[in-house]
Amino acid sequence: MNYTVTAKFAVLFLLLGAYLFSASVQAQQSSTAESALKPITEIAQPDPDPRIGLRAGVFDAEETIWNLRMLSTAPPPPDFIGSWGTDLAFKDNYAIQGNYNGFVIWDISNPENPSVAVDFLCPASQSDVSVYGDLLFVSGEGLGGRLDCGTEGVRETVSPDRLRGIRIFDISDIYEPEYIANVQTCRGSHTHSVLVDPNDDENVYVYVSGSAPVRPEEELPGCSDAFPDEDPNSAFFRIEVIQVPLANPEQAAIVSSPRIFDGLEAPPVHGLAPEEQAIVDRAAEAGRFIANYRNAQRIVNDGIVNRFLAQLVEERGGEGEPTAADSTLLRERMDDMYLDLMEERLAVRGRSVDLGPNQCHDITLYPEIGLAGGACEGYGLLIDISDPINPVRIDAVADSNFAYWHSATFNNDGTTVLFTDEWGGGTQPKCRETDPYEWGANAIYSIVDGKMEFQSYFKMPAPQTSTENCVAHNGSMIPIPGRDIMVQSWYQGGINVFDFTDPANPIEIAFHDRGPLSDDRLEIGGSWSIYWYNGLLINSEIVRGLDIFELLPSEFITENEIAASNTVRMDYFNPQGQPMFTWPASFPLVKAYADQLERDREFDMQSLQLLRTGLERAELTNGNEQARILTELAVEMESRATGSANSAKVLKIAETLRELAAG
Amino acid sequence: MATSHTRLIIYFSLIIAFLLPIYITGCSGSETTTDHSEHHQHHHNGHQQEIHQEHTQHEMSDLEALYWARIDSSRMNFVQADVDFMTDMIAHHAQALIMSRLAPENGASDSVQRLAARIINAQGDEIGTMQKWLRDRHQPVPEVHIDGLILMIHMEGGDNHDMHGDHHGHHGHDAMHHHHDMPGMLTQEQLEELAAAHGSEFDRKFLTFMIEHHEGAIYMVDELFAADGAALDRELFDLASGINAEQVTEIDRMWKMLDEMN
Repeated sequence: MNYTVTAKFAVLFLLLGAYLFSASVQAQQSSTAESALKPITEIAQPDPDPRIGLRAGVFDAEETIWNLRMLSTAPPPPDFIGSWGTDLAFKDNYAIQGNYNGFVIWDISNPENPSVAVDFLCPASQSDVSVYGDLLFVSGEGLGGRLDCGTEGVRETVSPDRLRGIRIFDISDIYEPEYIANVQTCRGSHTHSVLVDPNDDENVYVYVSGSAPVRPEEELPGCSDAFPDEDPNSAFFRIEVIQVPLANPEQAAIVSSPRIFDGLEAPPVHGLAPEEQAIVDRAAEAGRFIANYRNAQRIVNDGIVNRFLAQLVEERGGEGEPTAADSTLLRERMDDMYLDLMEERLAVRGRSVDLGPNQCHDITLYPEIGLAGGACEGYGLLIDISDPINPVRIDAVADSNFAYWHSATFNNDGTTVLFTDEWGGGTQPKCRETDPYEWGANAIYSIVDGKMEFQSYFKMPAPQTSTENCVAHNGSMIPIPGRDIMVQSWYQGGINVFDFTDPANPIEIAFHDRGPLSDDRLEIGGSWSIYWYNGLLINSEIVRGLDIFELLPSEFITENEIAASNTVRMDYFNPQGQPMFTWPASFPLVKAYADQLERDREFDMQSLQLLRTGLERAELTNGNEQARILTELAVEMESRATGSANSAKVLKIAETLRELAAG
Repeated sequence: MATSHTRLIIYFSLIIAFLLPIYITGCSGSETTTDHSEHHQHHHNGHQQEIHQEHTQHEMSDLEALYWARIDSSRMNFVQADVDFMTDMIAHHAQALIMSRLAPENGASDSVQRLAARIINAQGDEIGTMQKWLRDRHQPVPEVHIDGLILMIHMEGGDNHDMHGDHHGHHGHDAMHHHHDMPGMLTQEQLEELAAAHGSEFDRKFLTFMIEHHEGAIYMVDELFAADGAALDRELFDLASGINAEQVTEIDRMWKMLDEMN
């Protein structure tokens, strides 16, 4: 029912191809000194792209797959058919899938046949989920979510029954989740991120982002949609930080509401830089109008000047063109009038250019490097989270190709950050042939001295139909050591895997796609999120349930690299709380590095052959004899490292060999 | 009127409603019975016979039938404020298209042209989504016709007899909606003023007018959320929240562009 005969054959062919390929690699390695692995920039992509023209269907759509194997696909449980599946979190052998109707817990211990452990009805959009220890956190934003999990919704504008915020469940018995607490917030919780502070073992923190309108004060006291200049408790321009005491999670409460956006667009409060001041001075000399605003001088544009002059003419009861006297008066009153104008802009709806964005869609926390990536309206932010209650923005970027910053993912060593642009909110078809590549894509930045430097855009490249909602969405890093490889959702554009080790040159290396839900009409569907978890790629399909994939060896990724990635194990995983991957010393790790040095032409083939032959010998022995061989190899690699174009990687090999030798 | 596909869906929702009542009533806030369901059911009965024939021609899996039935029943949970919002926003978006289409010919800067192209792409798609939303709920659907600076809204379909037939709106003369009364809508004179501007003057006017226009859309979203029982529909909630978030972001960007124009 689920994947077609064609797809099955394709998988068989790929498996066969991969087998022949790896066999030929080995043959070549032993017989010649030619590199058998092509640099990934030189490998051909499928042409024509098989994702084009797939037949529509709900549970029987045509599928295509490249460099992946589908282990299983399972439809949602009956109560969740027709409702929208959302984000995922993982704990032990369970995948927890949020849903507009509640959440579903899947037992994935047999990834070829996952089973539903729990289907918990408790409607709320979007029901984004996170886990920590015995706790499960679920976001509620929509207006119909109820404190009692009832399915009847809430119809009144002000109601004591409404839940908008975070629900907390005790899942110490994962088969019997117990709803133990909730924390109400002013804008609800569109998404949230759980922060585990390495210096605090008594609490965890939940950062809440909300993008829906502020609820009335009558419903939740203290909620204000005034702007902060008027009301310091404004719900705009802030995120909420909830502290969850692990010993008493039912006492979870908001502890701070940091205004991490303050001053983003404001003129520099430290005054103008000399060059900026020079520009203002020249404009003043040329007769331009200047306003003093927030400790800095601003050149006032002609449109505003004309508006002010007209206002002055009107005030004196005159008509027609302003006179020289009006101009003189304007120069006197400019600062006040300019301030009024700015406040008028603010008053429109409690926000303005001077206060910057007023919410974040998603915040990705990476505690090991002390940084968070905030995707906040028109900005991508870099946030210092070394003090979890008081995050501080350290850099911000804007991009005219980006409609709406949606989420952030760091590479493992924190030198690159990737932001997604969820243009159209995920419900629109933004991958048609006519939609520009830069729109609804990823933007990739290098992080250099705390600043973000733009490198490239990346978008799923196969044109989709106008009945497929498609745009960049959630994904995670795949722990291939030494490379930056990510798996990502594109709604009905399917899922793909790409390499952005070179952030200026991302390359797609695997994908899976289905035809649209319908040929006639756009129904919302496709992949909400896909994440790597303990060797599996787990896909939350909005309509079709849960898919589980694994990577296949290909020209882009060797079997050794996949084996090395599978040595990484996680007890739990929340995608918005990014863990740092570490690889235990293993033979696959050394072989993966060797493959990469060969592929990237960074080490001579003779040295690589020596290494591989040595490893083969070592693997046939054990104990002291194995330790001796490994140590000798390590010494040899250390001496040859300077001859490599990537001596750091060669030294990593040597280090791993020594660890292996030490047992 | 409903397409044959919709009728098919409707039929399934009927059988499912009969055979599996627990799924319909025990499922979600968005699928509970509302004031509209009676009207909706009534509508179904009228088509039952001919739909049955279509059904026998299709071999759909049980799951797929359940899926379409649920999708259909999820579309019963709306109030008049939702319908008004969608109807008004179509005309509001249509005027943004008129404004944006001027950019290439009127010598707009690269950045304004890029912004205009984005607005055409985004709001054009959203108009389609809103029309589909109304059509799926058997409400009159405003069809948009743009002739230069002239916006015509032609109401189509709907189950309400009063809405049948052609209602030709002509910038403000629409039988049902005086779309120039909506917040942020430009007057015809302002549109002409914009169309007459070139180069940096166009940029300035475009940005100024579009900020005002976007502010109006956000005001409309706020009004929607303040209405009892509104925005419970998941598609509408996502669309309205999306309009809110994206236009707020764009207003920010447009202020910045205006400030940088000197």
